[in-house]
Amino acid sequence: MDAIVVGAGIVGAAVGEALAADGLAVTVLDAEFPGAGTTSAAMGHVVVMDDSEAQFALTGYSRRLWSERAAELPPDVEDECPGTLWVASDEEELEHAVRRSHFYRERGVEAEVLDSAALEKAEPNLRRGLAGALLVHGDRVIYPPNAARRLLSNAVVRGALAERRVRVEAIEPGRVRVNGSWRETAIVVNAAGVGAPELTPGLAIEPRKGHLVISDRYPGFCRHQLVELGYLKSAHSAGAESVAFNLQPRATGQVLVGSSREFVGLDRSTNRRLVGRMVRRAVDFVPALAALSVLRTWVGFRPSTPDNLPFIGEVDEGVFVAAGHEGLGITTALGTARLLADLVAGRVPEIDPSPYSPLRPMPEAQHG
Amino acid sequence: MAEVFDVAVVGAGPAGVAAACRVAERGARVALVDEGFRPGGQIYRHREGRAPAAIGEWMARLARLKVDVIHRTAVHDALRLDGKFQLRAESVHLEARKIVLATGARELLLPFPGWTLPNVFSAGGLQALVKSGLEVAGKPVVIGGSGPLLLPVAATLAKAGAKVELVCEQARRASLARALPWLARSPRKLAEALSYQAAFGPSRYRTSTWISEAIGTDRLEAVVTNSARRVSCDFAGVSFGLVPNVELAVLLGCELRDGFVVVDRRQQSTVPGVFVAGEPCGIAGVDGALGQGLVAGDAACRDVTVTADVEAARGWYEYKPPPLLRSFALRHEVLELARADTVVCRCEDVRLSRFDPEWSAREAKLATRASMGPCQGRICGPALDAILGYGADCVRCPAKPATFESLLIPEDRK
Ligand SMILES: Cc1cc2nc3c(=O)[nH]c(=O)nc-3n(C[C@@H](O)[C@H](O)[C@H](O)COP(=O)(O)OP(=O)(O)OC[C@H]3O[C@@H](n4cnc5c(N)ncnc54)[C@H](O)[C@@H]3O)c2cc1C
Ligand SMILES: Cc1cc2nc3c(=O)[nH]c(=O)nc-3n(C[C@H](O)[C@H](O)[C@H](O)COP(=O)(O)OP(=O)(O)OC[C@H]3O[C@@H](n4cnc5c(N)ncnc54)[C@H](O)[C@@H]3O)c2cc1C
Repeated sequence: MDAIVVGAGIVGAAVGEALAADGLAVTVLDAEFPGAGTTSAAMGHVVVMDDSEAQFALTGYSRRLWSERAAELPPDVEDECPGTLWVASDEEELEHAVRRSHFYRERGVEAEVLDSAALEKAEPNLRRGLAGALLVHGDRVIYPPNAARRLLSNAVVRGALAERRVRVEAIEPGRVRVNGSWRETAIVVNAAGVGAPELTPGLAIEPRKGHLVISDRYPGFCRHQLVELGYLKSAHSAGAESVAFNLQPRATGQVLVGSSREFVGLDRSTNRRLVGRMVRRAVDFVPALAALSVLRTWVGFRPSTPDNLPFIGEVDEGVFVAAGHEGLGITTALGTARLLADLVAGRVPEIDPSPYSPLRPMPEAQHG
Repeated sequence: MAEVFDVAVVGAGPAGVAAACRVAERGARVALVDEGFRPGGQIYRHREGRAPAAIGEWMARLARLKVDVIHRTAVHDALRLDGKFQLRAESVHLEARKIVLATGARELLLPFPGWTLPNVFSAGGLQALVKSGLEVAGKPVVIGGSGPLLLPVAATLAKAGAKVELVCEQARRASLARALPWLARSPRKLAEALSYQAAFGPSRYRTSTWISEAIGTDRLEAVVTNSARRVSCDFAGVSFGLVPNVELAVLLGCELRDGFVVVDRRQQSTVPGVFVAGEPCGIAGVDGALGQGLVAGDAACRDVTVTADVEAARGWYEYKPPPLLRSFALRHEVLELARADTVVCRCEDVRLSRFDPEWSAREAKLATRASMGPCQGRICGPALDAILGYGADCVRCPAKPATFESLLIPEDRK
């Protein structure tokens, strides 16, 4: 059976790999090059999140799949397993950390609560006087552009074709249009990230812009991915723009700092004021950061959905969608690909696919 | 409230100094910002109290005038803010109604086997080191690459007592001869060229010649030329031309053509209020830069037409690129010197074999980390474009490394 995957971001590359492994004759098309889209801008934090049971199920499943293949990832994927420290500023946040640690442990995810002193020892560059933290073991950091390249090359090894600079203009059951002419295929997967709604009208995906700032190399500056527990407030604030403290040690010794969220369409310019706020937030948590040297800032566009869950499943006869992974698509690419391949093959997936159905009812978008 | 200048000039090379002087002469408030310790730019880099004669006149003019000269300040970002422009550097955020970008050019370095050995420098870099005190007396030196820059560099070294063994110019003699009529139109240029040659001996200048390999164990010991000649030397200075510094212009949204900022007769870019002078809008040498600086200064400080004397100062340097540069077009052999294991990106230690000719600058960067290091592709970017046709990567702030602190908006700084 033929399958065309539209988009060679991390999601399309993973889907291409999974379908090729099932023996389909897969072609992965990208308008630019593999990993050129949002994937090229991501932090690459492979993280379990518990915003909802469905989010936990997909992130937990996916993280397991990443760790299972850790040994076979080439060095340029920069895979490391530093774990995540969810930093609590006050007692209220620390209580939240305790609740989350129960939630995780009940579901087999290793997590512990650190008190103020233990946190100080774990991350000496954090400011003093923080209440503590939730340490989630097993969360990883990878380098997304090369992870996508790797997944795609696995697909190619299994017989898939990868074509670059091919823009798909339309998708219909059984075919896709390229340069005005139709290419036939039994299965189509729309994995076009923020570009997906153009090909599947009505799909509720909107670009949610984020900025990142990367430093020169400072090996050992921090050891875990550091995120403020108040992060969810930012991730969910429907307001125009928000920032949260999110700091990542890269395998190179660089420090990558996020995060910001705003709905401004596909405007690629750097919002200096928002970057300023984001850096302020990071420096408040890690004062020593102020003196480190910055090499670059950049922006990316999370493919966001109204309920913060991706669209994975069939929308029309033989037409599937795997898009809308918002700020978690690096993590959830592998789980998404398995789920999608199971749906295409008619197997029973390991996790319940219904929460991700593209046909599920949608809450109204809140930001207007 | 920070002071708002009428005009802020970035870069205190000839173009920037001329622009700042002109603005001050018209009575406007002007700031002149430069990374270096004192004005002068690339060509006039000098030590305290030892300014070359050519610059004396300009320095005196600058000193007489009311210009806020701000040294040791690298502008890493430029943006529009509330109808003004803001220039951001480590310790200051300057505001101005108009700006003049006179950011000059850097050298084009092409990778060749051994180019990363200690004591192999860029030609201009070696010249600067000698001017700031590097001891070369009695030491054998080879200069190589291409372009008019090689001559003054060789002359500087010779004057400092170095034994200039060889100056390798990759261009063919015939193609250089085509530049002669142009050179002859400027007797001063011709005299300059001849005096350089006299300084190190004309017989040492070889056309159709290039360094194909630098040899040494822990530092440079010799170079091998394309005719398999081995020349022992302690230092080498190599550059293949100039690359305009257009980063700030790009951050401000100025349009480029063939890598240069597009400007009108008043040196105004496609962004109103942003003027550009000197190398970023076309490699035109010192006189061109001075002329353009005067025009830019004139035009920037008031919305008046450029005065006739200033227009005249620009003279015949207006056309660009000067045919002289075309004479130094790079031949394919020098673009093919790097071997599979030759380092192309020094910051990230990426070798030639990693690159796929099908890529763009952006894809190459994402796949290999080339140009992700502290120089942000300033060196390997143009080299990869020259040898593999990758084009240019997009420019993002900060245009030069800057601390996290300096990214904070002023109200947010502690
Ligand atoms: C984990 C990670 C670590 C990284 N570390 C570093 C690092 O240490 N140093 C570093 O330099 N980079 C690093 N990067 C790369 C980062 O800068 C990427 O390039 C990222 O994709 C964001 O890029 P950008 O927006 O700055 O520009 P680019 O990636 O260059 O993207 C620019 C985009 O704009 C488009 N574009 C350009 N001009 C126009 C125009 N006129 N109109 C419309 N579109 C246009 C281009 O097609 C391109 O899609 C890292 C990336 C990741 C994922
Ligand atoms: C700042 C930032 C930080 C992030 N950090 C993390 C993180 O730490 N962890 C995490 O898990 N996630 C993170 N994410 C989210 C993650 O980057 C995305 O969810 C993920 O990259 C989405 O992948 P994708 O393959 O769906 O989309 P993309 O990577 O955008 O891929 C879509 C591809 O489709 C192609 N395409 C589009 N339209 C067409 C067409 N018509 N025809 C052909 N091709 C087309 C595009 O060229 C593109 O290559 C972050 C995102 C941002 C912006």
